[in-house]
This record gives sequence, structure tokens and C-alpha cells, in this order.
Amino acid sequence: MRRLINQHPGRATGLVLGVLPFVALLFVYVIASQLRLAENAGDKLLPSLGTIADTFHSYAFEADRRSGQLLFWADTWASLKRIGAALGISAMLALVLAVCIGVIPRARALLSPLLNTVAMIPPLAVLPILFIVLGLEETSKIALIVIGVAPCVARDLALRVAELPREQIIKAQTLGASTWQLILRVVLPQLWPRLIDAMRLSMGSAWLFLIAAEAIASTQGLGYRIFLVRRYLAMDVILPYVLWITVLALLADFALRSLRAHAFHWAEPER
Amino acid sequence: MATVSVRNVWKEYGAQVVLENLRLEIADHEFVTIVGASGCGKTTFLKMLLGMEQPTRGQILIDGQPIRPEPDPDRGVVFQRYSSFPHLTVLENVMLGLELKAARLAGRLFGGARRTAREAALAMLESVGLAHARDRYPAQLSGGMQQRMSIAQAVICKPKILLLDEPFGALDPGVTADMHQLILRLWTENRMTIFMVSHDIQESFLLGTRLLTFDKLRHDPQSPEAYGASVTYDLKLERRSREEIDAPKIAVGA
Repeated sequence: MRRLINQHPGRATGLVLGVLPFVALLFVYVIASQLRLAENAGDKLLPSLGTIADTFHSYAFEADRRSGQLLFWADTWASLKRIGAALGISAMLALVLAVCIGVIPRARALLSPLLNTVAMIPPLAVLPILFIVLGLEETSKIALIVIGVAPCVARDLALRVAELPREQIIKAQTLGASTWQLILRVVLPQLWPRLIDAMRLSMGSAWLFLIAAEAIASTQGLGYRIFLVRRYLAMDVILPYVLWITVLALLADFALRSLRAHAFHWAEPER
Repeated sequence: MATVSVRNVWKEYGAQVVLENLRLEIADHEFVTIVGASGCGKTTFLKMLLGMEQPTRGQILIDGQPIRPEPDPDRGVVFQRYSSFPHLTVLENVMLGLELKAARLAGRLFGGARRTAREAALAMLESVGLAHARDRYPAQLSGGMQQRMSIAQAVICKPKILLLDEPFGALDPGVTADMHQLILRLWTENRMTIFMVSHDIQESFLLGTRLLTFDKLRHDPQSPEAYGASVTYDLKLERRSREEIDAPKIAVGA
């Protein structure tokens, strides 16, 4: 018998093992739900799968009586717009900051202490300030995500620039590169895949800040809906919404990973 | 054309003296090889020639002009590792210098200018025997191929001076012999002055027209950092034919 560390599952076994916890969770839920509902048919905590499907159907495919919208899709669109804009702004901001800090010593002296300080501010503590200064509209929500995400990504990227071998920077100069050319042809192209990695890692906190902002002041959005129906213990709404947010996050992660693999072939580990 | 004058150059880091009072006159088209124990300042000397480090005292002149205090295209370099760009293919790596020189703002060439640069880079790759690998990335090359590319990348910019920092130190012996022939050929064809740091004395005798050894002239056992290294031997070597260069290698191998 080989040691456990040397026993690798085959393809099929691996798949089964991967799916198993999901099936087990679903099974546990269904049993628990049936037990509770058998005791009290009006129980709201663990609605049956049928109830969840009915509610989901009415949210996703029947127009809301008050607003005339398909609430599920309107919420999704509102949230995606916010998080998409925020992540785009964060990425560009972080990239510019990181290149300046990583490449230009004077810019590093100027910006690095500021960035390190700003990165330490808990973004949620700033949220009231944002609401006061920027109002309750989209700007403040996007700003919260940017404040939460951009400094960390910028610090990470600046470290990546610093990790570029000194030899490369010297070599580029002996090939005649100016500072601008060095940034354009040597630093930036090597930073793109790192940026994608950094964005993937910060996706979790971006969703956290989005839902926090939506929960406090919003009239639409996935986070808004969850916190709205919480008052009625509407688990049949909350559960599919949470699942949906998870699916969206997984899809975004997958998209970024594919982009990295296809656009930056050189940066992929050799197989 | 590139003569190099090193005039009373000292390099100190605080109280630690690395190099003391270097005085050298290097003629045009010299192939200078530099050997010495590790930590004796040969790489520091190369860095000063390159402009990565400045002398604490004294002056280095190229063709009578003080060298610029930062790296520039007059002085090409090949390091032992990391001197290629992992995100560019072999061909793009070699084209980079031409593109940087011609396109100051965009950093890359388009259309006819790009084709011309591409042809030049392909000819250079042909000359170093890498034409078949032009579309590969550096990570997909062997150590010897990476160094060929790195040399091609430097030489295509026609530097006056080529600095080699143990360029063959990490290669297999068989590969090294090929590389020696390559560098000698490029040296003859392009009329550069070459400085090569090496830990291999055999190699230094084979390639150099002038061999420098760096070592400490004075030593204080109580404070080993008090005195720096200087040139202890300065040998002029006869340039030999390729056959003669190949011959002693077999003798050494036996």
C-alpha cells in the first residue's frame, strides 16, 4: 500500500470527489427542510426546493407589479454595472500607481508612503464620508469599491515591478530604452498577467464592498434585495440570490483566468 | 572605435574598499578577459564600465570622453542570466533594440520600417544559429540558446563596447566551446572592444587578447576590508587561430 500522499485520484474519481460535497450539502438541506416543514408547514427558514424555484421564477420571469421590471435581472444588471465600473477604475488606477512607484524613484518617494497609509484605512469606515460627500447615488458605491480594492492591487503590482530582475532593466537601457520606452515595452507587458491575478484575488473583497454599499443605500442591486427581504425572513429569495452571486463570481474568475491563459501565453507555467 | 582609459579609479562602500587605484589603457578592438577570486571586484569593475555604479574616485573614459553615469547603447551587456525579456519571442527580443532606437515614442515599429528591422534581426539570428527558434519564448530555450539570443540582442545594436558578465558560466562544457567560437566571430565581424568577466582561467586565455587578474595587493588580517583589489597581472596574449584555440581544449579535457 502506497502512502496517502502518493495516491492520486484518476480523472473520474477526481470528478466524483469534487462533486460529492455539493451533493452532500444539497442532500442535508433537503432532509432538514422536509423535517422542519413536516413540523410546521409555514416554516420560512428552510424553504423546500419547490418553493425556492417558484419564487425564483416569479423574480426572474414575471414583471414586478410595482416597477414593471424583472427584478432578478434588474438587480443583476445594477450590481454588475457597479462592480464592473469599480474594478475597471481600480485596475487602471493601480496600474498607473504601481508603474510610477516601481519604476521612477522620485515617484516612489512621493507616493509610496501615501499609498501604504491609504491601504490601511478600513474602507467601510469611510463609507459614511463617501455617502455624505458623494451622495447616495452610484458614485459613492463605486468609490467604496475602488478605495477598498485599488490600494491593495497597486501595492501588489508595485512589488511585482520591483521583482523584475535588475538585469532586465539594465539590458533595456543598453538597448537604448528611455524611461517611457522601458515602461511601454518591458514593464507594462510583464505587468498585465500580474494585474489579472491581482484582480482575481481582490474579487472577493470587491463583492463584499458592493453588497455593503447596496445594503445601506440603494434601490436596486443584488445586495439591496437580500437585505430588503431579510425583514420578511424570505429565505426563498435570499438563497437563490446568494447562489447567483457565487455563480457570477465564479464566472468572472474563470473569464479572467482564460484571458490570462490565452493572451499571455508566455506567462503560463510550462506543462 | 572604442578605446577605454581607466584613470586612478577607486570604489569604496563606506569603510570597505573594493577596488583601489585601477589604471588601465585599453586599445580599440581589444578582447579583455578578467579573472579573479569571487568578491575581488571584477563584477564591480564591469558595473562601473556599464554605468550601473560610479567610481568613488577617478574617472573612466571611452574614446577620451567621460562615460555617462547610466547605461546607454554604446555599451552592450550580456549577463549570466535574466538579460532577455520573457514576454517577447526570440525574434522580438532581438528586434527590440532596433525598435527602441527608431521609434522613440511608440517603442515599436510598423509597416516597412518593421519589415526592415525584422530582416536585420532574422539575419542576426541566422548568424548565431537561432533562426529555427525565432518564434519561441526565452523560457522554452536551453541555457546555451538563451545566451546566444542575449548576445544577438546586444550585438545587433552595434555597441562600441560589449560587456560580458560570466556569460558562459552556467552552460555545459560542450555548449561553451560553441559559444566561444560564436563570440570570437562576432568580435571579429563587428569590431567591438569586449570586456569579459570569467571564473574560468582556461576560457580567459583562449578568448582574450589581454588578460587581467584582479586581486588584493595588500592584506590586513585584522581588517580584511581595509584594502581593495587591483590588477595583479596584465598579460598581452597572442591572438590565435580557431584551430589553435580548439586544440588545447582537447588536451585539457583528457
